Amino acid sequence: MTFDKMIATRDGFGDEIVELGKEDKNVLVVDADIGKSCKTGAFRKELPEQYLNVGIAEQNCAGVAAGLATCGKIPFVVTYAAFGSMRMCEMIRQEACYPNLNVKVACSHGGVTPANDGASHQSIEDMGIYRSIPNMTVIMPADYWSTRKLVRAAAEKHGPVYLRFTRDKVPVIYDENTEFVIGKANRIRDGKDVAIIANGDTVRLAIQAAEELEAQGITARVLDMHTIKPLDVEAVQSCIDEIGAIITVEDHNIMNGLGSAVCEVAAEAGKGKVKRIGIQDQFGQSAPYERLLEMNGVTVENIVAQAKTLIG
Amino acid sequence: MRDTLTVNELKNKCVDLKKNVVHMIYKAQSGHPGGSLSVAEFMTACYWHAMDVDPKNPKWEDRDRFVLSKGHVCPAQYAALAMKGFFPMDVLETLRKEGSILQGHPSSKHCPGIDISTGSLGQGLACAVGMALAAKLDGKSYNVFSALGDGETNEGEIWEACNTANKYKLDNLIVFVDWNNLQLDGTCDEIMPLGDLPGKFKAFGFDVWEINGNDMGEVVKALDEAMAAKNGNPKCIIGKTVKGNGVSFMENQVGWHGVAPNDEQYKQAMDELDGQYVEC
Repeated sequence: MTFDKMIATRDGFGDEIVELGKEDKNVLVVDADIGKSCKTGAFRKELPEQYLNVGIAEQNCAGVAAGLATCGKIPFVVTYAAFGSMRMCEMIRQEACYPNLNVKVACSHGGVTPANDGASHQSIEDMGIYRSIPNMTVIMPADYWSTRKLVRAAAEKHGPVYLRFTRDKVPVIYDENTEFVIGKANRIRDGKDVAIIANGDTVRLAIQAAEELEAQGITARVLDMHTIKPLDVEAVQSCIDEIGAIITVEDHNIMNGLGSAVCEVAAEAGKGKVKRIGIQDQFGQSAPYERLLEMNGVTVENIVAQAKTLIG
Repeated sequence: MRDTLTVNELKNKCVDLKKNVVHMIYKAQSGHPGGSLSVAEFMTACYWHAMDVDPKNPKWEDRDRFVLSKGHVCPAQYAALAMKGFFPMDVLETLRKEGSILQGHPSSKHCPGIDISTGSLGQGLACAVGMALAAKLDGKSYNVFSALGDGETNEGEIWEACNTANKYKLDNLIVFVDWNNLQLDGTCDEIMPLGDLPGKFKAFGFDVWEINGNDMGEVVKALDEAMAAKNGNPKCIIGKTVKGNGVSFMENQVGWHGVAPNDEQYKQAMDELDGQYVEC
């Protein structure tokens, strides 16, 4: 697969939220003074009566959104992943998840994509944090088109949803006709020797690794596990039953995210081998995005090497 | 339909409410009597004077909203909701018990009439702001009432919410601060002095009333004025109150923040409250 087009997934959010807002006046954006970076500029300009900005006050932002949701609104709280998960975490838990309100937390700058900003702005804990809160749905789309589809699906689903996008450009993998269902993995290619389960900006690495493995006579199934909660347990179980060897790849701490979720299924099944590739439980630094991934072994080369080791 | 009770009728309603508060905390042997009693006059005036709610249709979209930001004093709101007919009176005896709609802190998923779950301090006001904002966006005329603890204003999120209320001109938001000057670990002055609390709310753009929050006449007057002033400013009624108000041995005692009365104390409390009805 050649990746000839690159778009940050935050742009997919910015485009889709305008469409959603035009279709339903109850769809609101609640910004916290980083709307420009999170691509809500078009929404602000085109739908000013559905646009709110509460300033640099994330905790309040979450509470205001919850109050709006009790009145039939569908508020999208928009900020960076680090702040949308940690700064407002307890407010989202108490005021959105516990009452099961229709609040969407839509965050740019997921994982190490805010590379030059350094560790303060990189978010390697967020999906794990939200995965552990009841009623929450946790999603990271892989590309522009899947972002548009999953943002729409999140708006149409009742209840709290956490969505995480990339700051940096990532390849366009899908076309606009590909369908996405929350909680259902997309199988990008099939194989019989190893399964590579990835999400977000690492799906492209999984695809490239599968191509590399194929050149070496190893066939890989690649799953885009865009939703880590609810996890597509059936798809993971099929990988365990039909293949037995699984590599997980994520731009997130190897603890509590996609890798952990897959390991939980394998452990309870009592079979299947899993190797997690992701951020190695360490803070980042200001550095190029690809370098940060490399420092943690989140590379095509490492996926290939780990796959070969795993299948012996 | 709003109720139209006289101030004396409201005073008697408030005595009923306080007796229900003491009764349910006694039955549960758990809960927060002190703050539930200090906020009782405001609660009573809201439900039997200021607010338009429909117990038969708790989610009626044009209803006035109530957000108990100091969620631990929910016995006061539970008593009001039961007395209004949102659920049967005997449900009050299930407070804090397994399977009850009356959770230790209010849950909108469990209890009819609770507009949003609260209990983690500092968060309710932002939710009330969201509700008031929704009314403005939809061109609706309902008001949103919210009761805050004095100690709760230690939380930074309260002031973030005040900024938002000011920015969006939420004159349909009426905040009550239950200034009983006691928080869990001691007096407010000792734990975190509040300073010029009325001045702080004024600086955030609120119209402010300073009243005796346990004087029904003053509470009603402040609420009437706050509801009438549609001038773009959010409202704050700062009620100087007595924690444990109405039960002599609980009054101004930091120890009665979160303790239930024993048999003897229960009897004395109910006897004292029985003596507080006025002639109508």
